[in-house]
Amino acid sequence: MAPLKVLVGVKRVIDFAVKVRVAPGGHVVQEQGVKHSLNPFCEIALEEAVRMRERGEAAEVIAATVGSRQSQDALRTALALGADRAVLVELPGAGPEQGAGPGAGPGQGAGPPLVAAALAKLVEREKPQLVLLGKQAIDDDCNQTGQILAAILDWSQGTFLSRLELDPGSSSVRIQREVDGGLEQLRLQLPTVLTADLRLNQPRYATLPNIMKAKKKPLEVQPLEQLLGGPVPPPRLRVLRLEEPPVRQGAQRVESVPALLERLAALGRI
Amino acid sequence: MANLRSEVRNLYKNLLYLGREYPKGADYFRKRLKAAFLKNKDEKDPEKIKELIARGEFVIKELEALYFLRKYRALKQRYYSDDNQ
Repeated sequence: MAPLKVLVGVKRVIDFAVKVRVAPGGHVVQEQGVKHSLNPFCEIALEEAVRMRERGEAAEVIAATVGSRQSQDALRTALALGADRAVLVELPGAGPEQGAGPGAGPGQGAGPPLVAAALAKLVEREKPQLVLLGKQAIDDDCNQTGQILAAILDWSQGTFLSRLELDPGSSSVRIQREVDGGLEQLRLQLPTVLTADLRLNQPRYATLPNIMKAKKKPLEVQPLEQLLGGPVPPPRLRVLRLEEPPVRQGAQRVESVPALLERLAALGRI
Repeated sequence: MANLRSEVRNLYKNLLYLGREYPKGADYFRKRLKAAFLKNKDEKDPEKIKELIARGEFVIKELEALYFLRKYRALKQRYYSDDNQ
């Protein structure tokens, strides 16, 4: 069989090093002026796809995302990391400046069912034999997109990958999954949907020269309605309220055991 | 010589770019980077310049490893708290 075509789903999230704050109103998190980057688990999935291409197992790596216009920079990073081309499925109502709009969840509006539906349509169009995703995004931590996508496509699925090997003949893959209390080895027939866990590989760094080169790679923008061939269904989830965790009280030093007991009694702990 | 000159400039640019994520801040990094380059600005020997470029490239590798490890550790702490170290 010819080398595979691999579709990698990526997501633009608030950078892992940023302290997330709830925006005034309590429905969304503060996104304006906050550093964003590619979701780390998506980086791992992409790295695996790029390595497959470098070994000659994959012919083409396509990075795709569902999001606003700003998600383009996640795709540019993906291209810099080695994807051959990129597709942005653009959410309606998300102009170049505004984000996904009020009422949208921390996941920028498109929840896993919608993203999976959009990716399924892309799979129909691009006909990849393998779809690689991060196991979850570090913003909403849904951990659902891969599973829902596999169900829509009626493909096999392998989640929480810590190893991936293509069998000779390229018609199946051997995978190792991280499950509760151990590792699970499976062999899956292609086509399949796989999601990457933290230990699958060590992603490379997007260097400046590669970022420059990535600017010349093709990036296609497709409106979501057009891809779905109809209106975008309303979100199934509504964010009622977002709250920051209570601020941790500092520790206090006490002189002696009686003083400690007294303090604890005063706090109502004993 | 002109070739080496552009190599040095590229090295500087790449390091500057990497420094944007430096834990102690981009300014801290930039100052030190600039000082390190200025210290060797009068170097004329091509062999010596190549050696210095190689050292710069080594620093790039180290920084990339540092950033990778930082991200890996943060994620491990957030999502795999019950794992043994």
